Amino acid sequence: MPAAPTKPASFQDLILTLQAYWADKGCAILQPYDMEVGAGTLHPATVLRALGPKPWRAAYVQPSRRPADARYGENPNRLGHYYQYQVILKPNPPDLQDLYLGSLKAIGIDDTVHDIRFVEDDWENPTVGAWGLGWEVWCDGMEVSQYTYFQQVGGLDVHPVSGELTYGLERLAMYVFGVDNVYELPFNAPDSPTPLTYGDVFLGNEVQQSHFNFEQSDVEMLLRWFADCENQSNSLREAGFPLPAYDYALKASHTFNLIDARGAISPTERQAYIARVRDLARGAAALYAEQEAGAS
Amino acid sequence: MPELLLELFSEEIPARMQARAEADLGAALEAKLAEAGLKHGAVSTWSGPRRLGVRVVDVAARSEDVREERKGPKLGAPEKAVAGFLRGAGLESIDQAEVRSDPKKGDFYVAVIETPGRKAEEIIAEAIPAIIRGFHWPKSMRTGTGELRWVRPLQRIVCVLGGKVVPFEVDGIASGNETEGHRVHGRGPYTVTGWADYQSQLEGEGHVLLTRAARRDLIEKQALALCKKSGLTLIEDKGLLEEVTGLAEWPVVILGDMDPAFLELPPEVIQLSMRTHQKYFAVEGEKTGQLAPNFIVVANIEASDGGVAIAAGNSRVLSARLDDARFFWENDKATGLEAMAPKLATIAFKEELGSIGDKVARVAALARELAPKVGADPDLAETAARLCKADLVSEMVYEFPELQGVMGRYYALEAGEPAEVANAIAEHYKPQGPSDAVPTAPVSIAVALADKLDTLVGFWAIGEKPTGSKDPFALRRAALGVVRIVLENEVRLNIIPDLVFSLRLNVLARNIAEQRKLAGRKASDNRGTAHRLTELAAEANELEARFRLGARVQAEERERLQDLLAFFADRLKQVLRDEGKRHDLIDAVFSLGEDDLVLIVKRVEALSDFLATEDGANLLAGYKRAANILKAEEKKDGVTYDGAPSPAKMTEPTERALLAAIESATAEVDGALAREDFEAAMGHLAKLRAPADHFFEQVMVNTDEASVRANRLNLLAALRAAVHKVADFSKIEG
Repeated sequence: MPAAPTKPASFQDLILTLQAYWADKGCAILQPYDMEVGAGTLHPATVLRALGPKPWRAAYVQPSRRPADARYGENPNRLGHYYQYQVILKPNPPDLQDLYLGSLKAIGIDDTVHDIRFVEDDWENPTVGAWGLGWEVWCDGMEVSQYTYFQQVGGLDVHPVSGELTYGLERLAMYVFGVDNVYELPFNAPDSPTPLTYGDVFLGNEVQQSHFNFEQSDVEMLLRWFADCENQSNSLREAGFPLPAYDYALKASHTFNLIDARGAISPTERQAYIARVRDLARGAAALYAEQEAGAS
Repeated sequence: MPELLLELFSEEIPARMQARAEADLGAALEAKLAEAGLKHGAVSTWSGPRRLGVRVVDVAARSEDVREERKGPKLGAPEKAVAGFLRGAGLESIDQAEVRSDPKKGDFYVAVIETPGRKAEEIIAEAIPAIIRGFHWPKSMRTGTGELRWVRPLQRIVCVLGGKVVPFEVDGIASGNETEGHRVHGRGPYTVTGWADYQSQLEGEGHVLLTRAARRDLIEKQALALCKKSGLTLIEDKGLLEEVTGLAEWPVVILGDMDPAFLELPPEVIQLSMRTHQKYFAVEGEKTGQLAPNFIVVANIEASDGGVAIAAGNSRVLSARLDDARFFWENDKATGLEAMAPKLATIAFKEELGSIGDKVARVAALARELAPKVGADPDLAETAARLCKADLVSEMVYEFPELQGVMGRYYALEAGEPAEVANAIAEHYKPQGPSDAVPTAPVSIAVALADKLDTLVGFWAIGEKPTGSKDPFALRRAALGVVRIVLENEVRLNIIPDLVFSLRLNVLARNIAEQRKLAGRKASDNRGTAHRLTELAAEANELEARFRLGARVQAEERERLQDLLAFFADRLKQVLRDEGKRHDLIDAVFSLGEDDLVLIVKRVEALSDFLATEDGANLLAGYKRAANILKAEEKKDGVTYDGAPSPAKMTEPTERALLAAIESATAEVDGALAREDFEAAMGHLAKLRAPADHFFEQVMVNTDEASVRANRLNLLAALRAAVHKVADFSKIEG
């Protein structure tokens, strides 16, 4: 009988374990994208690299900012800024499910004690015109990952197909460490000379960012920014540069999220803004795909 | 004879798709074998989270030889005809054809085409890849660099016939004889030769219960036993049971618990949260009959710690879910239903018909109008209608749309509304389907009818009716709901005036919605807009006047109403047909213009009984004879006979007898109809049978004497009119 997997010692240890695991599986370990995004998928390493014929394997941590989810640091489960761990393998290897289960084992989830299930959940992100089939992965009834086989990105069929894994890191860590409040997670080793909790590192940020998101942001300025980002993205696309065009689509998207958190737009206007962001993101993705197909 | 075993092993198949896929796979294989002429015995199938399987016993070794004779042209026929024959029969030269003689037609060619039977292996090796490639999944995908579309990546294909692999390949996957078991408890692989060792290995060491029935029964049995041990009762949920049957290969039932403080939440919320988010069964205390602070979860492993960690983990997740629910519940209660209602103005119902807020205003007015007719208090009906959709803007219903109405009821009680109002809010969506019960409390009936009638009339007012199988707004269900509520509660309602009322509200609403939209633009910028606004305002004034004065039904209104009534008639027919009533009888009663559904049904029932009697059948025959003669003569003469028959012009005693019978029957039928005694009305009609029979036996309608003939035709018209008081017999078949 194999020994029960050992638990990581801290939040960062869990991340390092995943990094080492996926590095060992041949992934390029990338750094977080230096832009505000609402989900790790939006990193160009996933959404753009899923397009075109070239093989690709990457894994990275991505901070996700969701201004409307911020709770002034008062909610034990909800954060306006949190981390996702993203893995993309293109084409997806036939044993991706086993590789994924291996990663859970590596971070201390013993499958002889815990009930791991793959429950139908088809992923869709209309902003980037993407969808895929897959599952929510449940561990004892809790969703610990999203597992998707991309079928379309930027409104285009993708082939080869990429397998994408998203781990919600805080939630996963709370489960692994049996902690009910995210701010109590051990960030570094508890026996370190300076033991730090997740709250020591991020609580102040959550509180202040919440004030910014809901009270202090300058909506007039954000509206101008949105228009500027939109123009820049469009002109970059027209000039034939999909990568910076995509960056400015991301900027527009986050700016919209900030405006939305202030409740500053009516439901009808909201739909129109979402459509504008979608046009930017899809446009850049489509151009990227076109160039990739031409290059191969 | 050999057995065929097929297993398609894949990554996790969505639970909701498994049973259908299992059935489709079995049917597709049978169809392919039949097409190839390969005989076989019983076919059985199974399915689970990671596999679909089919077993076919007694598969013949070969398909049968087929011999076909095809007749060709005569000897010495033109070359072209011979060439065509050869081509069609697949022959290379005419020497391969036989020559037959016919004493009359002479000698001609016959091609004998013998198709030898094929080996079962060959047939199967062709059939299964075709089935896999053409298989229909509700949603399918490609994986890696492959081209095959399957529900999730297909990993293995087991295909053995008589113990040996039937070789073929689909998208890079070669068929084989190896399968896998449970991921944790016995992955294998296992080599199989047929059902016997497949089943014994998988269900043994492999820890996979193959059939849905086996897993379903096991889950049910374990859950019941576990409940019994703990003094609990399982709340049955067939849908959930089927779902969890598709989520575990080796089901292990575990009892978990939660903080009893959560029981302050409405039980519907707890149950739904358990069911939709977590796929748990709720349980009740055996003695209390109330929801217990426990749940049943079905795991897919026999955990080495006996399930302690699984129960604890699930319990934590449930707590987080219920914490959220409690947050919504408290917020909603703090907001209150009254404060929610105005927000409905921001939710679109249908662009042309305004917001849900607009709809609610119409429903409230209509419910008030309907209330006295269904025995409800008008004030309560109006209040209930005004609040009936308010919970749509509550946080709880945003999270759990299924709880619309249910939450409204709780929030209304919380706000101190009377129970009738609260219940009407919960019940006004009913009936939601053919098996759902209809509301029976008067206030609930008023609001349920008003809501449905408003929807129907609104959509008719903007000309959006269901077509064919397309009915995106479930208008058929709404109309069927109206019919069932009225019939099952015996609500006496002349529906036309209420439809008129509702139609006017809707047309007015449509006008106002357009005004609102146009007012959003700057009227001064656009002369067309300004003009249209003036037009709309004038129209609105007229509509309002019509509304206030209760003006008579206008032509354009009548047209819409007739069409909508016919839609109701179709639903009524559906209800009656399900009860075994003849559709032609419904038509016969409907065409009288009756709009009281309860009376229509009574009439149909009486008519149905009457026609089953000898008198009824004979009267129908007599009526048809009279009607046919009238139809023919009226066409010939270009007139309609509807004058009063004159006794002075009668030459035969049977004529006078018939007239006397019609006169007396008419008076009696009128009396019976006024009393709504349809049986008696039919009985009085029955008295016409003998005089009508005698008349036809002894009198020729078409005589040379024009005035006598016209008088006789008027007499037949009087008979027709008398019968039509009860039903339009011309619509009755037979």
